[in-house]
Amino acid sequence: MLKIRDLALEAGEFRVEVAALEVAAGEYFVLLGPNGSGKTLLLSCLAGLLRARRGEVRVDGRDVTHLEPRQRQIGYVPQDYGLFPHMDVARNITFALRVRGMSHGAALEQLTPLVDLLDLRKLLGHWPLTLSGGERQKAALARALAIQPFLLLLDEPVSALDWPTRAEVLEQLRRVQKELGVTTLHVCHSLDEATAVADRAGVMVGGRLAQTGRLEELIANPANAQVARLLRPAPVAPRPEKGQRE
Amino acid sequence: MPTVAGPRVHWVSVLTVVFLAVFVLAVLALVAADLWFTNVEAMQKVLASEEVRHAVRLSLLTSVCTLVLVVVFAIPVGYALSRYRFPGSVVLDAVVDLPIVMPPVILGVSLLVFFRTPVGRWIESVEWMRFVYTVKGIVLCQFFLTASLGIRASKAAFDAADQRLERLALTLGCTHGQAFWRVAVPMARGGLAAGAVMAWARAVGVFGPLLIFVGAVPMKTAVMPTVVYLEVSIGHIEPALAVAMLLLAMAMVALVLLHWLAVGRRRWWAS
Repeated sequence: MLKIRDLALEAGEFRVEVAALEVAAGEYFVLLGPNGSGKTLLLSCLAGLLRARRGEVRVDGRDVTHLEPRQRQIGYVPQDYGLFPHMDVARNITFALRVRGMSHGAALEQLTPLVDLLDLRKLLGHWPLTLSGGERQKAALARALAIQPFLLLLDEPVSALDWPTRAEVLEQLRRVQKELGVTTLHVCHSLDEATAVADRAGVMVGGRLAQTGRLEELIANPANAQVARLLRPAPVAPRPEKGQRE
Repeated sequence: MPTVAGPRVHWVSVLTVVFLAVFVLAVLALVAADLWFTNVEAMQKVLASEEVRHAVRLSLLTSVCTLVLVVVFAIPVGYALSRYRFPGSVVLDAVVDLPIVMPPVILGVSLLVFFRTPVGRWIESVEWMRFVYTVKGIVLCQFFLTASLGIRASKAAFDAADQRLERLALTLGCTHGQAFWRVAVPMARGGLAAGAVMAWARAVGVFGPLLIFVGAVPMKTAVMPTVVYLEVSIGHIEPALAVAMLLLAMAMVALVLLHWLAVGRRRWWAS
């Protein structure tokens, strides 16, 4: 599980403050927020890539606030997936185990269930640049899950995908998360996306965590006008009339 | 690359291709003139000369030693300049480029002067560290003239390698050292290799500072460019050109390698 207490971090003039956040073990938590609200900074801090100015982060009971990224055992999938371009998919996926001294073959064998779960077998020999967005997302997810993380951080994992692929990937994310039971923190700015996967959600505005709860509770009782605006369903564009240009 | 609609030939394409053609013709004219002035017999005679063979061996030996030193220095220095910002880093960046803008002859003089200072004299007093008028001095001159190029190429290669991927590697269990060797260096390897080839090609051609710092003693400190100079100075144009042709052939091999490393491998990545 994830427990954050009185966390503060800075990036230049911008400050992110989270007074308290708890994500239960095996829970899928979605953090919603507009662009520039500090969601990615918070994920970077949880992954250990940004130092906290104060506060405490506990993952699975361990205080990881001052641990190096490699000691945290937190899987992180960045927005652009961050696959290593000089390695094929198989080597990307086995990277974490090879770093720990395992051979590529042994690592691949160990990860066979994960490869099958994500349906990656036919992509193993492919290079990242030749993959579609959805395929890259799956490969990056497999690489992050290879370390058997206590916590999985997903930074806008479907924002670069088209709508049909988004739905497919979100369904797969939810299925994989349930099967592995990994505690997941997913950040995005789309209510539809959150609705598709979240057990619970939180809303971040201007660097602060404004509210947390079940999505329907948040929609029914928003803490303030900014939260209400963010949780308003996206307007549907009117269908163009006959003879009108799209 | 997809082409845009409209005429394929326009004034920009014509003008730039004309400039390209003029430059390529000028280079080829120089090579053709050299080839016209020399012949196979002269080449054979020159290559049979023990002095020339010694110079070729010495050029290859010293330039390879220089290459190793440049690689050892340029990779960490280029990485530091690319990744870290600290007080004075801008000044250090500028100082690294100093040997590129310094006239080569001045470098020879500066080295000679340095080895007359107390520190230089102390270095020279150690038997295995003597540089003035020795083969080690050739490597020192080549190193100073090529290291900046290597460092610049290394910095550019690391600048082009996405730093975020190194940070991501930390979350996958890497130490900073492992992220450097397993992610940063492989991502920059095309640029690093191209820089190494460029540095080697430059090292083979170093001449000015050698005349001053190590002299031009045949069978001792004379390298290929020095032999060309010595032959021309006594009016032996044909042997000079024969050695020059050999240098040119070596440079061509280096350039083809450079092109393959810089362009070919990038295509291989993308394929």
